[in-house]
Amino acid sequence: VLHTTRSLHTTQQSLAPVSPLPEKGGEVRHGLIPEEFFQFLYPKTGVTGPYMLGTGLLLYLLSKEIYVVNHETAAAACILTVIVYGIKKFGPSVAAFADKLNEEKVAMAQAMKDEAIQALQSAIEEEKKEQWRVEGCSYLFNAKRNNIAMLLEANYRERLLTVYNEVKKRLDYQVAMQNLRRQKEQEHMIQWVEKNVIQSITPQQQKESIAKCILDLKALSKNAHVAM
Amino acid sequence: GPLSERPLMEVRLGELHTWISTCKFSPQGLLGAAQRAWSSYCAKYIHVKQGGPAGISMLLAGYCLLSYGWNYQHFSKTSYFRNS
Repeated sequence: VLHTTRSLHTTQQSLAPVSPLPEKGGEVRHGLIPEEFFQFLYPKTGVTGPYMLGTGLLLYLLSKEIYVVNHETAAAACILTVIVYGIKKFGPSVAAFADKLNEEKVAMAQAMKDEAIQALQSAIEEEKKEQWRVEGCSYLFNAKRNNIAMLLEANYRERLLTVYNEVKKRLDYQVAMQNLRRQKEQEHMIQWVEKNVIQSITPQQQKESIAKCILDLKALSKNAHVAM
Repeated sequence: GPLSERPLMEVRLGELHTWISTCKFSPQGLLGAAQRAWSSYCAKYIHVKQGGPAGISMLLAGYCLLSYGWNYQHFSKTSYFRNS
């Protein structure tokens, strides 16, 4: 029944919570003598044993002058009366006040614990949502990959078109050059031939050709008159 | 349990002198015994949810008795019923 000390950290570490404080302390009678004393004497002397012991002890101390009665005894008696009266009168209210303080402390600790649990639970929810999002990531990445592939393709085709245009321009230039050269050569040749022919026509030949033309014209006009 | 490891309250009167012989009277032993006695007292009467005046009043009463015992010479000299 008697209380022994509880030594900590002798066994292996266990994660169980510490047992709470006991509700009430050890029983004490008259505020001074623990109940164990009365229980100790009960088998031999019954209920009145300790009181008899106390009275006898008191009378012995007084008669043998082991306890000396002087002014301090009167002072002690007065002080004890006041103390006992105070405790009896204000005890319960002080106890209620202390209990309220304790309860506030416990409530605060409980609130903190609840908050912590709440925060952790919301963190768990968030984590689950993030995990769900990760699953959707594959779709996102596929779409992005497609985008990029399209961009690359478009770029490649643009450049292909540019190359084609450039090459065509160069080839057109070459063709135009050749055409121009041929045209110039032709013109030049024609001019040169004309010039030479004109030079080679002497005045004599000119008169003869003009006369022949006039004769031809007359013949033609005659034919035309006849035909009509 | 074995005799040497039982606390004082669980030792019977007949085995008291054997129990005392198994006690360690080195300074550490005495200090440890004092520490254990104090912490058991605290655990029983002070560190409870609803203690009463009993916890401190017993300490104060013990203090009164001790100081009376120390000053007994002085008291007996200045008694009103001195026979001298």
